[in-house]
Amino acid sequence: MADDLFKALADPTRRTILDELAEQSGQTLFEICSRLSMKHRLGISRQGVSQHLAVLEAAGLVETRREGRYKFHDLNTAPLRQITERWPAPAPSGPEESPS
Amino acid sequence: MRIHLTSVFVDDQAKALRFYTEVLGFVKKYDVPVGETDRWLTVVSPEEPGGTELLLEPAGHPAVKPYRDALAADGIPLAQFAVSDVRAEYERLSGLGVRFTQEPLEMGPVTTAVFDDTCGNLIQIATQPEEMSSPS
Repeated sequence: MADDLFKALADPTRRTILDELAEQSGQTLFEICSRLSMKHRLGISRQGVSQHLAVLEAAGLVETRREGRYKFHDLNTAPLRQITERWPAPAPSGPEESPS
Repeated sequence: MRIHLTSVFVDDQAKALRFYTEVLGFVKKYDVPVGETDRWLTVVSPEEPGGTELLLEPAGHPAVKPYRDALAADGIPLAQFAVSDVRAEYERLSGLGVRFTQEPLEMGPVTTAVFDDTCGNLIQIATQPEEMSSPS
């Protein structure tokens, strides 16, 4: 599971997809492709985007839902908690512990 | 050569005519019976009565459903219409109960949105940037 997560995050295009889904949830494949090509000037095929989405879905970062004939993609940031739980920020030392 | 007519497949021609005229605001140009149940049914924009016609074509062919279902699942529109203000059209059409699969999205000079025409198709509306609308 952790391997899937880190692999998913290791690619800049996949991080851009997550950025766009954070801006607007519930996007069709067409909208994601439009954003990548028009906003980010990424020359990537629809199949390529589908493959990136499959990697993100395997990592649990993207979830899909069908509504009638349409399929929408949503961001799920819950798996990212694994990172902060594994490497928690050091607790700030209280003033009483600081050397005088 | 020029583009005189293009078409979308529609589940029900009478319903499609209502949607394309009463909701979208196009006007009927030709309505001619073809065979027992089908019609040669076209609409045009009132802004351009002599312009390109849109044929509302019966979706009876067995290839139409799998073709359209696959494109709909991925949110791919089957036609694009130009509007002067995508957001205003989005507000107007949403108020009439039209369902959008993509809300207005600004991408550089272009703004687009995608809606369901209730007849089996997704339609994209887009602003025409100045540099694209005037070929001179």
